[in-house]
Amino acid sequence: MNKAAIPLAIFIGLVVLFAFMLGQMNDGEYNPRDIPTEFIGKPAPSFDLPSLFDGQANVTSAAQAGKPWLLNVWGTWCAECWKEHDYLLTLHRRNIPIIGLNWRDEAAEAKKFLAQKGNPFKAVGFDPNSNAVIDWGVYGAPETFLIDANGMIRVKHKGALNEQVWQEKFASFFAG
Amino acid sequence: MKLVVLLFSLLLSISAQAAIDAYKFDDPKKEKIYHELTDELRCLVCQNQNIAGSNAELAVDMRRKTYEMVSAGQSKQQVADYMADRYGDFVLYKPPFKASTAVLWIGPFIILAVSIWLMLRVIRNRREEHETASVSGEQLAEAARLLNKEDKS
Repeated sequence: MNKAAIPLAIFIGLVVLFAFMLGQMNDGEYNPRDIPTEFIGKPAPSFDLPSLFDGQANVTSAAQAGKPWLLNVWGTWCAECWKEHDYLLTLHRRNIPIIGLNWRDEAAEAKKFLAQKGNPFKAVGFDPNSNAVIDWGVYGAPETFLIDANGMIRVKHKGALNEQVWQEKFASFFAG
Repeated sequence: MKLVVLLFSLLLSISAQAAIDAYKFDDPKKEKIYHELTDELRCLVCQNQNIAGSNAELAVDMRRKTYEMVSAGQSKQQVADYMADRYGDFVLYKPPFKASTAVLWIGPFIILAVSIWLMLRVIRNRREEHETASVSGEQLAEAARLLNKEDKS
């Protein structure tokens, strides 16, 4: 083989590799910002947070035990959460128990948001200081966890929920 | 001379980090652990920055969490494990050595070894080329003929 062809072959190989990786990244694979959760199949961390609504009992993970439930991390500052909200209301109408985790938010803003758009949550824990959020390994909003009847985390979804994501990742846990 | 001083001063500009929060420690050891941890924990939303150097809200929260755990008497390893349990080894700038991180730790040495091997091979090939192909017998004879001719004249 011609000696000059070797660097050329290496160069073309690298171009193909980079193009492939970039394509995969654009498709959502190998996303450098996507941090895999360490939690799947592990017991959910417990939390005990004050309710967003005054005068209501604290919102705890213990109170949900016994059947599968969702934990949805949201805040009024998060644009994707606004997009997702209608779908959460749909889930609520299907009697899916969703616990809201209102993150780093103003209580008044959050209450106004729910009053105007409807409240899909069974209860909303208020976490302005990211205590529960860090405990659950959350780094962005919205994030949704599925906790099964035994208190194990089975699914974590980062980004807005919609019907397609629901069918792919969550629906089977609520089929029975 | 001035240039030399300037160049050397560049070496001295080790990471100028902003101490953004004013946390108080009852024990200088804890403060040291805190600073080591915030140096070695990666900010998740502003990648390629540690949480000591980032002003992102999540980094501020993680610093506070680190502070709380350290002042409560937790060791460096305990805090690092807590973060890695939640955010994976990715959060650690010094990930532990295990199967999934082996390439990260050994890779550079493999590349170094391969490069040295390639370099030695290239050098050896060049040397052989020089020794064998530089002057042929015919050329030597021609040179001798020319030299002799000059002597005679």
